[in-house]
Amino acid sequence: MDSARRNFLKIAGLAAAGLTLKPAGNAFGMGVIVPEPDGAANFDSAIEAKRWAMVVDTRKLNAQTRKAAVAACRKAHNLPDIKNPKHEIKWIWEAGFKNAFPDLAGPHVPPQVEREPMLVLCNHCDNPPCVRVCPTKATFKRKDGIVVMDFHRCIGCRYCMAACPYGSRSFNYVDPRLHLAQTNVDFPTRTKGVVEKCNFCAERLARGQMPACVEACRNNELIFGDLSDPNSSVNQALRQNFTLVRKPELGTQPQVYYII
Amino acid sequence: MLEKALHGSKIYWAWVMALLGVIGIGFFTYLYQYSQGLGVTGLSRDVSWGFYIAQLTYLVGVAASGVMLVLPYYLHDHKTFGKLTILGEFMAVSAVLMCMMFVLVDLGQPKRMLNVILFPTPNSILFWDMFVLSGYLGLNIVIGWMVLHAENKRGELAKWVKILIYISIPWAISIHTVTAFLYSGLPGRHFWLTAILAPRFLASAFCAGPAILLLIMFVMRKVANFHVPDKAVNTLSVIITYAMILNVFFLLLEMFTAFYSNIPGHLHAFEYMFVGSHGKWAMAPWMWTSVLLGVFSLVLLIVPKWRKNPKTFVVALITLVASTWIEKGMALVVVGFIPNPLDQVTEYTPTLPELTISLGVYAVGLLVLTLLFKIALGVRAETANA
Repeated sequence: MDSARRNFLKIAGLAAAGLTLKPAGNAFGMGVIVPEPDGAANFDSAIEAKRWAMVVDTRKLNAQTRKAAVAACRKAHNLPDIKNPKHEIKWIWEAGFKNAFPDLAGPHVPPQVEREPMLVLCNHCDNPPCVRVCPTKATFKRKDGIVVMDFHRCIGCRYCMAACPYGSRSFNYVDPRLHLAQTNVDFPTRTKGVVEKCNFCAERLARGQMPACVEACRNNELIFGDLSDPNSSVNQALRQNFTLVRKPELGTQPQVYYII
Repeated sequence: MLEKALHGSKIYWAWVMALLGVIGIGFFTYLYQYSQGLGVTGLSRDVSWGFYIAQLTYLVGVAASGVMLVLPYYLHDHKTFGKLTILGEFMAVSAVLMCMMFVLVDLGQPKRMLNVILFPTPNSILFWDMFVLSGYLGLNIVIGWMVLHAENKRGELAKWVKILIYISIPWAISIHTVTAFLYSGLPGRHFWLTAILAPRFLASAFCAGPAILLLIMFVMRKVANFHVPDKAVNTLSVIITYAMILNVFFLLLEMFTAFYSNIPGHLHAFEYMFVGSHGKWAMAPWMWTSVLLGVFSLVLLIVPKWRKNPKTFVVALITLVASTWIEKGMALVVVGFIPNPLDQVTEYTPTLPELTISLGVYAVGLLVLTLLFKIALGVRAETANA
C-alpha cells in the first residue's frame, strides 16, 4: 500500500491530483482516474464541495423512481446480483418508514408514509462510528465529508458493520464477480472478503457527474449538493422543509436528510 | 525442559495424535473456507459476527482467569496456590493463542492481517485488543517459563520475573476490559451499550476460567497422578462461587434496566433472547438451558455441603461452564446484532464448516495446553524425586 495511492484517495475529488498518477490506479477501489471512453481523463470538470449532503424527498419518490435509483447505483458500482439475502450487497435500497425510522414508527403514522418505502443508504456521517472502529483506516472520511472505503486495505474484520447504526454496510461473503451479468469498466469489481458501501459516487463526482441515483431521479426526488454553500440546492431544500435524519440521538450526525 | 514433552505414556501419545487429527480436519476445512469465502459460515449481512468472535470473547475470559491463581499467591501469599500458578499461566498462553486464531479465521482477507500493524490506528479498539492480547501472551510465556525454570533449578525467582508477574495482574484485567470495549462503545447496539459489560465479562471469566482449570486438574489427577491440594480446591471453589453470584447479579441488573425503563432498544434484544421476536426464537431454548444450568450450578455451589462434596462440586463446575459458555460463547455476540438496525430479525446458526474450524482451533489450544502441562509435570516429578 503506497502512500501515493492513499493520498490520492483522500484528494480524489481534486482534479489535479489524478494527473500525476498512472491509470494502473484503477486497482484502488475507485475508478477516478480511469480515462473516459473517449480516451481523455475528464478531470477539469470535477465537481467539488466542502461538505456533500443529500436530501431525500420521500413525497416525490414512487415505485418507479426508487427502482431506477437503486438500479442505476447497482449498475454504476458493479453490485453483484446475489439471491441469498444473507450475502446480499446493497448500497442504496428501499426500506419502509418503520425500518428506516424504527424509533418514530407507531400506530398513527399516516397511511401514505406507512405504505410507501423510502430509500436508505450510507449517511456519510460527520461523526462516523465505522471510521472510528476500523483498525486499518481502510474506511475514512474525506475532507468533503464523503466516507469512503479502500477495498485494498480492508482486512474483512467487519468491525465497521457492527459499528454502523444504519445497516449500511455489506460484506462480500462470496466472490461477487461470479454474480455479475455485466461489468462497468468505470468502477472496479471487488474481491470476496471485503466490506463495501455507498460512496456518494466519489468516482462520478471526480468526472463531473452527479451521483448515479440522483441522476436516475429526474424530478428532484434526490437532492445532492454542498452543505457549506448557502445557495446550494440541499440548503434550499433544508430551509424550506422540515427534515429528519436517521437516529439523531446517537450523535453520528448523518448527512442524508429526509423530507417526509 | 522441552524434551519432557517427548516422553509419555501410550495414553499421552494417543491423546496428542487425536488432537493432531482434529487439527488436520480443521485445517482442511479452513482451506475450504479460505477458497470459498466466509459465505460457508452462517454469518450474514445482519449478523456479521458469530461463533468465531464469540469464542474469542469467551476465551479471553479463560485467559484472564489465570490471575485468580496468580493474584492470591503473589499479592496475598496464599501459599497453597504456589504449585498451581504455573498452570494458570500456561492455560492463559493456550487461551490467548486460541483467541488470536479465532480472529484470524474470522477475517475476510487474512493475508492482509498485518495491515493492523502497518497502519496502526489507536482510535480502533481492535488495535488495542491486539496490543493487550499479544502483550499478555508474551508475559505469560516468559513468566511461565521462568517459574518452571526456577523450579527445575530449585532456585529463587529472578527479581525481574517478579516484576513481570506484578505487571501481569492488571494486564489480565485489561485484556477482558478492552475486549468488552470492543462491544460496549458502539452506538446503536443497545444490547452491548452498557457500562457494566466489562465487569460482566470479568465476573463470568473469574467463575468459568478457574472452573475449567479445576476440571482440567481433576482430569490430570486421574491420568497423570497430579496432586491437587484440597486447600487450593477450597479457595478456588469460594472464588468461583462469588464470581458466579456476581455474574448472575450483573445480568439481572441489565434486565432490570431493560424491562423497567421499557425503552424499546434496550428491551428488544432481551426479548429475542428469551421469548423470541418477530416470530423467531432460535436462541430462546439455548438461553433457557443456560439459565437452568446456571441456577442449578449456583445452588450446588452456594450450599456448603454440596460445594465440599467432590462429586456434586464437579457437577457444579461442568454446569457452570456450560451455562456461561452458552451466554458468552453463543448469545452475547449474536444477540447484539438482533434485531438489526432496521428493526428486522435475521437469525444465525453456525454451519458445519464453521464448527469444524472452531473445533480445530480448540484442538490447537488443547495441544499447546497438553504439551505445556506435560513439561510442567515432568519438571515437578523430577524435582520431587531428586
